[in-house]
Amino acid sequence: MEGGVVYESGLNLKATELRLGLPGTDESEKQTTFNIRNNKRPSPDTVEDCGSSGSSDDKHGGHETAPAAKAQVVGWPPIRSYRKNSFQAKKIEVETGIYVKVSMDGAPYLRKIDLKVYKGYPELLKALENMFKLTIGEYSEREGYKGSEYAPTYEDKDGDWMLVGDVPWDMFMSSCKRLRIMRGSEARGLGCSI
Amino acid sequence: MREDRSEMSEDDDSASPSDLGGDATETSSNISRTSPVPGGGGEYVSPYPDQVLENVLENVLMFLTSRRDRNAASLVCKSWYRVEALTRLDLFIGNCYSVSPRRVTERFLRVLSVTLKGKPRFADFNLMPPNWGAHFTPWVAAMAYSYPALEKLHLKRMSVTDEDLGILAHSLSSFKELVLVCCDGFGTSGLAIIASKCRQLRVLDLIDDEVRDDEVDWISCFPEEGTSLESLIFDCVDCPINFEALERLVARSPSLKKLSLNRYVSIGQLYSLMIQAPQLTHLGTGSFSSSEIVAQGDQEPDYVSAFAASRSLVCLSGFREIIADYLPLIYPVCANLTSLNFSYANIDAEQLRSVIRHCHKLQIFWVLDSVCDEGLQVVAATCKDLRELRVFPIHAREDSEGPVSEVGLLAISEGCRKLQSLLYFCQRMTNAAVIAMSKNCPDLVVFRLCIMGRHRPDHITDEPMDEGFGAIVKNCKKLTRLAISGLLTDKAFSYIGQYGKLVRTLSVAFAGDSDMGLKHVLEGCPRLQKLEIRDSPFGDTALHSGLHHYYNMRFLWMSACSLTRQGCKELAQQMPLLVVEVINGDGREEERDEFVDILYMYRSLEGPRADLPNFVKIQ
Repeated sequence: MEGGVVYESGLNLKATELRLGLPGTDESEKQTTFNIRNNKRPSPDTVEDCGSSGSSDDKHGGHETAPAAKAQVVGWPPIRSYRKNSFQAKKIEVETGIYVKVSMDGAPYLRKIDLKVYKGYPELLKALENMFKLTIGEYSEREGYKGSEYAPTYEDKDGDWMLVGDVPWDMFMSSCKRLRIMRGSEARGLGCSI
Repeated sequence: MREDRSEMSEDDDSASPSDLGGDATETSSNISRTSPVPGGGGEYVSPYPDQVLENVLENVLMFLTSRRDRNAASLVCKSWYRVEALTRLDLFIGNCYSVSPRRVTERFLRVLSVTLKGKPRFADFNLMPPNWGAHFTPWVAAMAYSYPALEKLHLKRMSVTDEDLGILAHSLSSFKELVLVCCDGFGTSGLAIIASKCRQLRVLDLIDDEVRDDEVDWISCFPEEGTSLESLIFDCVDCPINFEALERLVARSPSLKKLSLNRYVSIGQLYSLMIQAPQLTHLGTGSFSSSEIVAQGDQEPDYVSAFAASRSLVCLSGFREIIADYLPLIYPVCANLTSLNFSYANIDAEQLRSVIRHCHKLQIFWVLDSVCDEGLQVVAATCKDLRELRVFPIHAREDSEGPVSEVGLLAISEGCRKLQSLLYFCQRMTNAAVIAMSKNCPDLVVFRLCIMGRHRPDHITDEPMDEGFGAIVKNCKKLTRLAISGLLTDKAFSYIGQYGKLVRTLSVAFAGDSDMGLKHVLEGCPRLQKLEIRDSPFGDTALHSGLHHYYNMRFLWMSACSLTRQGCKELAQQMPLLVVEVINGDGREEERDEFVDILYMYRSLEGPRADLPNFVKIQ
């Protein structure tokens, strides 16, 4: 299979397609992983197994017996593990996103979303609306999600259930552990005036 | 982070041992033998001439602290040897296997301070299988028995157990200083014993160690009535601590000058400690972030005033999980800083600028490459007194983008003319920039450039990096330590052999074309003491070209090169005072027929060591 492949969201078929060119000769593939096992976002470990590194291999092939894809070499670059690991953890946060479970009252199974993908509350709410085929409506500080049968809530670090939208977006991102879309009378209890 | 000069040229034989600790060695220790006094009964008995000589020698030798001078003095004659052995207070053993504890304690009878180094440096990068050796146990047993008055112990890359620490603590009543660098094998229970039993402890410095979390509250174990602590460095102890206990400890340690916290201490907690201890000169700030999100308008402690009150602060480090918003807090101390370690702080150029522009006195600066070339340009513009710069990669991988390059290096070389020590990780470099640095910074003693992509040439000319490193050895006449990288041919080695006459430590990785490369170095560098090579095409012929020099070296490490067992065997046969270890890199026992994984060899008075693991064979 060569040529352009339609990207389906999340499947990254391009990574698994068979090509005749050397791996890494397509610039846009530099950071993708040949990970056909699942649809997860590339993790730092698998990225290390592939990827081009430019001209040095091509010009001085004599020095390298390995093919163009460079595996990570033990102990190189010479950084102590303690130092490497200090940033490994941070990197994972940055690259793999903040995934939280989303439950909706009455739905048979949960979904998972990556909060990093959204720039703010409006995008998040829109996405939830699309995902669950419902209308949440607009947020107001005084009245919550008035007029809607649903209220998006989240569990924060302290284990409390909070209404989505009260705190600044960044604070929400770092304290949100899971989302729950409440409906019905419970939802109305959260500040909706009738 | 140690700001001591020994980090710059670790194997400086002429360095006084006092350089390692940063404090002056006390020569005021009163070791004067009782000299025979003219008889009280009226009779004058002339003391034997030998006795006089010995007394004079003792009193003179007291002033000789450099081990190089002492080694020379001990060779003059038997009498001088004897007296020197009786008066040496500081013992430096660069390789724990070069000499046995028994031999040491039989020769040197009154030692107050011991420095002991174990594993070779490449062990830090997982190249050595675990349990290779460097056990502290036989040493502690010997010292506990022979040096009951021991005050200081400085260990590097040794395996130290909790039991060892226990023996130390129980046997040495005057013990004052424990410095452990890159050690492992112990846990917080060992620390607890030290804290509770070493009542005179002044220094407990734990630097880059691997400390097991035994869930012991060691901070609470220090003496209740007060401590003599001057330095407490535990940023590498990666487990939660009892903060209330730490607060109380700091409150009852009036002499405390150096404090380095681990990342479990938040900025709020840091604040409490700082107001207790405004006399601190060295501070490792811990996480430098909050455990809770502080919403706008919340009351935060007046951090700025805490920093402003710390008028003696000259060395700042930590920032393990920095929230950049807190950076301005340190502005009040910047003007006084001589040493700043941002190597765990993921900040960008602008954030760095806001701090660095105040740091006119900075001499030592460690930073992450997240600050980019731009950040280094700011450093170059302000820090005219800079002596040591280390730039670490935030993404320590070969194929990462690499935000710093020859641009940053060039800027530093133009702005920081007094530079003596450089460690620089990058992905792209040019010969021109390295050559420029060799001319702009003639005081360079340590030059370690790590181009992370293996075999990478000058990215503009596509040439090997030979000329750049050649210029460094040629123009930097004081150079003693060199680490090379990038695409390098035998030519680079011929330059090193030709010009690197003072080079003592050389690190080589993925470099060279043939045996000639190694030959150039072994034949050309008379001062070479520590040579570590990995993944380079040097074979038995090259190995054999160094026979004339190996007894002058502390060690040779060669891994993933082209050495055969036969070649190593022949070498061992010709050099009986060398211990030639052939090590299987994966820790398995079976003998390999092809090339040797790791050759590690060193001079020794003791022959093959008795504590060999099964994956090491002595040739």
